[in-house]
Amino acid sequence: MTYLDHAATTPMLPEAAAAMTALLTDARAARGNASSLHTSGRRARRLIEEAREDIAAALGARPSEVIFTAGGTESDNLAIKGIFWARRAADPRRKRLLVSSVEHHAVLDAAEWLVEHEGADLTLLEVDAFGRVHDDTLRAAIAEDPASVALVSVMWANNEVGTVNPVKELAKTCAEQGIPFHTDAVQAVGAIPVDFTGSGASALTLTGHKLGGPFGAGVLLLGRDVACTPVSHGGGQEREVRSGTLDVPAIVALAAAVRHAVDHRPEEAERLAGLRDELVAAVRAVVPDVVLNGDPGQSDVYDAPSRLPGNAHFTFPGCAGDSLLMLLDARGIECSTGSACTAGVAQPSHVLLAMDVEPDQARSSLRFSLGHTSTRADVTALADAIGPVVERARSAGLVNMRRAATRVEIL
Amino acid sequence: MRVLAAMSGGVDSAVAAARAVDAGHDVTGVHLALSAKPGTLRTGARGCCTVEDAHDARRVADILGIPFYVWDFAERFTEDVVDDFVAEYAAGRTPNPCLKCNERIKFAALLDKAIALGFDAVATGHYARLSLVDGQPELRRSADDGKDQSYVLATLRPDQLRHAMFPLGGSVKPAVREEAAERGLMIAEKPDSHDICFIPDGDTRAFLTKHLGERPGSLVDDETGAVLGAHAGVHGFTVGQRHGLGLRVPAADGRPRYVLSLEPVSGNVRVGTAEKLGVREIVATAPTWPSGAEIAAGTRCVAQVRAHGGTAPAEASVVDGKLVVRIDGELRGVAPGQAVVLYREDAGGDVVLGSATITATS
Repeated sequence: MTYLDHAATTPMLPEAAAAMTALLTDARAARGNASSLHTSGRRARRLIEEAREDIAAALGARPSEVIFTAGGTESDNLAIKGIFWARRAADPRRKRLLVSSVEHHAVLDAAEWLVEHEGADLTLLEVDAFGRVHDDTLRAAIAEDPASVALVSVMWANNEVGTVNPVKELAKTCAEQGIPFHTDAVQAVGAIPVDFTGSGASALTLTGHKLGGPFGAGVLLLGRDVACTPVSHGGGQEREVRSGTLDVPAIVALAAAVRHAVDHRPEEAERLAGLRDELVAAVRAVVPDVVLNGDPGQSDVYDAPSRLPGNAHFTFPGCAGDSLLMLLDARGIECSTGSACTAGVAQPSHVLLAMDVEPDQARSSLRFSLGHTSTRADVTALADAIGPVVERARSAGLVNMRRAATRVEIL
Repeated sequence: MRVLAAMSGGVDSAVAAARAVDAGHDVTGVHLALSAKPGTLRTGARGCCTVEDAHDARRVADILGIPFYVWDFAERFTEDVVDDFVAEYAAGRTPNPCLKCNERIKFAALLDKAIALGFDAVATGHYARLSLVDGQPELRRSADDGKDQSYVLATLRPDQLRHAMFPLGGSVKPAVREEAAERGLMIAEKPDSHDICFIPDGDTRAFLTKHLGERPGSLVDDETGAVLGAHAGVHGFTVGQRHGLGLRVPAADGRPRYVLSLEPVSGNVRVGTAEKLGVREIVATAPTWPSGAEIAAGTRCVAQVRAHGGTAPAEASVVDGKLVVRIDGELRGVAPGQAVVLYREDAGGDVVLGSATITATS
């Protein structure tokens, strides 16, 4: 099996799996609720606080800034809704959300929910052909009416095309106006250097299963001075921002994964970038008209790569993405067509459309993403399969979508 | 063979896929997403293509141990089936969308894609029997008279049927449900889908009014020319329809009145008594022949003019590329836009000879 979908989820690191199973199977260790006052409770709480400190240390944050959540979607919702509510409560003029047009749906849909239910105004920040948000764009959007901006959210690195944003610059622009800046760093942590305090961000989302930790465990790093109204209410855990009994084994495993991913990031990123470049070259050699989407990955953004090291995202002209995926899957190669809705239908990616990619091209795209279990054999397997697969998918063409593209052009 | 099983999420296509697996084929399941905005849950028992149906199909594929994908045919379905459906009604005809879906989606767009991707056949849960006789496809009625779907498959050409597979053709529905239960498929008791999948509430007139707006016209007595009432559009009516005419004044003779014809330009819906519904000759366009063989002039056959019922012995010929069918006696409720399907006149009367779209009746 050739697994090239690490950006969707990556297998748990052995360190994280060991930490988690140890706690799940040890009756004494698994006994306490971290909010309980007795010995078992204190033991559980100690494990939580150690995990909190480890994560804070690994990501340049203070322990008090680590809010444990159930994952990326919850962290994004908490940041977008919670900070919006708090900002508007402090000043009712603050109704504007400035959000990049290439965000994950966890950010976009949370923002759109605020538009529909809370009277927010949403401005989608345009991106360039690589999918990157420029500081000029943000400045212009803020300048329209700085006092009305509730929150800015721009992802650290894009999950589909891998382009890295100039987060530090964007955060600085927001800081100049006293506007909170949230960044979804789900794909960035463990792949490129992430320093929360150094970035100047007010809030940062990360999740366990993208970096070798467990599913269902994530973090919102929330600056100490950033007000955030809770989305769910209850026992008042996590600075009273995120109520709910903490999942001790998952959080301990998450911390183990973050530690490992951050500690080994320099050499692992270099290894993956090397493999990725081989993969891109191999695909180009077999499919000469393939288009690599996103930043070419040959420059730096603040001393870090301009593209996620494990990401390769292509358009295969004349091929339907779902055909390619099925043909590769039948050959034991697993990848992704990009975003999928609940019915599992491949829609043209909003990220690519925002990059001004034509709808037909957008539907002809595949993402290959490498991670800690990837080897050269994976690249070789793809190189061997991609030629015949593309040839066959091309003969099937865009049979079920050509008319769709025409319709989009009319609109 | 490599078989692509079209899986709606219902019991029939599930068992069809299971039988294809049992037959030793290399089966891949595909659910066609036919609506751009699928409902999240079934509304009543009628709809299909909801997120829940896709889920049911996925769970069946899990149990069968076959790969499963959802393919988006929503745009094609909208243009080739839904838009066609609306346009046909607007033109005063009565289309059959299931037939169109088979002709243009399942055994055209989907089949073409399947073949190109390396599959040998598309399997569906249709109730019709298909075999090769002397190398030519032979399409026959289902073993289950009540479920027979040969009428909506008769429009398929030999090149389509050669790559089609109907594993349920020899079965009756209760046996299929029983088999689904024995196989542990959780959809064994799922209600049958009825009517038109893209009109989940079954209110065709409201659906058409939403798309076409109100196009007021008159209900006219076919005999006297008297205006008997008003209506919101010819698209609300079908030839042979008796109920829902909204006539306030009873006929002078007190007998029920039926829709006899629709005139989309004037907006007139002509109504009259049952005997005026009788049709002796049908002219139908674009004939197709499942076996590839056009019928000889004066072929004795059984003609069927709607999906369920409406059969009569007849004699058919092709004249200037059109199918002319002379009914022995007469048939009632023959609506332009429907297909006339010819079956071989023999003991079983179940072999499909051909199909064509009804354009004129007299």
